[in-house]
Amino acid sequence: MILTPSVPYSDRMPSRPPDGDDSRQPGPSPSPRDLIRIDHLRKVFGDGTPNELLALDDVSCSIQEGDFVSIVGPSGCGKSTLLRILAGLLDYSDGSVTLDGAPVQGTRRDIGVVFQNPVLLPWRTILDNVLLPAEVLGLDMNAARVRARALLAMVRLEGFENRLPSQLSGGMQQRASIARALLHDPRILLMDEPFGALDAMTREQMNLELQRIWTESRKTIVLITHSIPEAVFLGDVVLVMTARPGALRRVVPIDLPRPRTMALTATPEFGERAQEIRAFFNHAGSFD
Amino acid sequence: MAEIATLDASAPRTGQAIATKRRRRRSIPAKVYSLILLVLLIAVWEGSVRLFHVPSWLIPSVSDIVVALWNGFAVSPLARDGFWLHSFVTISETVLGYFVGCGLGLALGVAISQTDKLEAVLRPYVVAFQSLPKVAVAPIIVLWLGFGLASKVAIIALLTFFPVLITCLAGFKAVEPERIDLLRSLSASRWHIFTKVKFWTALPFIFAGLEMAAAFAVVGAIVGEFIGAQSGLGVLILQLDSAMDVGGSFAVFIILSLIGVGLSAVIRVVEARVLYWLPKDQARRSINL
Ligand SMILES: Nc1ncnc2c1ncn2[C@@H]1O[C@H](COP(=O)(O)OP(=O)(O)O)[C@@H](O)[C@H]1O
Ligand SMILES: [Mg+2]
Repeated sequence: MILTPSVPYSDRMPSRPPDGDDSRQPGPSPSPRDLIRIDHLRKVFGDGTPNELLALDDVSCSIQEGDFVSIVGPSGCGKSTLLRILAGLLDYSDGSVTLDGAPVQGTRRDIGVVFQNPVLLPWRTILDNVLLPAEVLGLDMNAARVRARALLAMVRLEGFENRLPSQLSGGMQQRASIARALLHDPRILLMDEPFGALDAMTREQMNLELQRIWTESRKTIVLITHSIPEAVFLGDVVLVMTARPGALRRVVPIDLPRPRTMALTATPEFGERAQEIRAFFNHAGSFD
Repeated sequence: MAEIATLDASAPRTGQAIATKRRRRRSIPAKVYSLILLVLLIAVWEGSVRLFHVPSWLIPSVSDIVVALWNGFAVSPLARDGFWLHSFVTISETVLGYFVGCGLGLALGVAISQTDKLEAVLRPYVVAFQSLPKVAVAPIIVLWLGFGLASKVAIIALLTFFPVLITCLAGFKAVEPERIDLLRSLSASRWHIFTKVKFWTALPFIFAGLEMAAAFAVVGAIVGEFIGAQSGLGVLILQLDSAMDVGGSFAVFIILSLIGVGLSAVIRVVEARVLYWLPKDQARRSINL
């Protein structure tokens, strides 16, 4: 089943349980509704120069509140570009990106970003790193401190509050950066290949952790990944991108039951979905 | 996951313990050898000067130098030709000039690095001034500012200003774009980006500049005093030279290197406090100027 890229996948998604709809929205809200809408998005780097590069070509999709969306694609297909546009870190050339109905213009307070590297500031303790968003956004520091400790406990880093980042393993650093991204209670968590630098064992652990964090925090998560199993394991839906020019080619709903366990990855149902994506790449010709 | 966390936490500790043990086993001999070498050098020096009857106005014996040091310091601190007064003058000039020069270098570095445009416009001037041997300007500065403290402070400030400015600019350039993105993703102001990321990232570079500047500061003081001054160790060297008191000159050299060592020791202590977070092997950064 191949969808045209411009078809929103929302009507094909298994609907989220009612308790997944959050209480931040006062009054009756039409559900399900789109939290993020991307319409005919185009991004050209170096417009008008000899190095002009079409990074994203006509990308359309929509994401509902509470969704876990995975994006897979070969490197250079514009995944990071798409994420940076969503985060407001990058302008786009054409089309529209709306967040909760309002066009994205610059960065916003209700987004948390997890980068490929943990990007912890080495001179700050783990706790102070997690508190960074509170300082920058001018939140109440006492409340933030309480919340930071709770988040560190959630990512299983209690007892490491006063360590420096260099004293933690890569996986622990990345968990701290997830706690930091959640500190200001953003509605949306954008993650750009957050586990790409980790070894396979740690990565599986982190996938389980992330599923738990998502279930507990009820965020809308957009996860970019290189790994098809990771995308299938975590996503409600997998968006498949291809390169040259970067475009959204397929939308694969993952209707596997939750919570998902590692045992699930060995089942035929899981294998089928992963195979569907893999076959597409093999057919399209490129995946590294 | 909890198990993994515990393993993770204990791993570096064990590694460190092993490293410390190894270091201890090796580092003691190194210091002992240094000391033995010193004793040997002194013995050879003293022995050959006496053996070959080298005149003391050519090369002083070690005992001549020790006697000169003793005579120099065994006087009232205010004595005109004692070591105390001259050392005090030179040290005050050095410290004052160092603070002025480093302060200006830091301030200008911060100001210039705020906009790429400004830095691009000013860079040729910085390079041009940097390639000028600052010592060449020293006589004019003495002409302008006189034989007193002001001219020495100006010369030292001129010498210490550039290493700090250049390392400062290099440091602010070295900020990882990812860190800026992190702050930007939080809608951080320029002020926050500067105080929370850029400044800290530049600190190791700045300290490299401060250390370089420390060595230049003593040079600046002596050059200034050679050109024209009433007191200071540079003046003392000239006086001792004309009196052919080479032992006395060597004694002053020892004081000068002690001042240099002391100054950089102070900077190292401050640096260790400020850069506590830098991995040890990264603490000594070599910076290409
Ligand atoms: N700032 C930029 N300037 C010019 N080209 C860029 C820039 N950022 C990314 N690109 C190009 O856009 C394409 C997509 O990059 P990116 O979004 O990082 O891919 P991915 O994250 O999928 O690996 C690549 O060809 C990359 O070289
Ligand atoms: Mg990328």
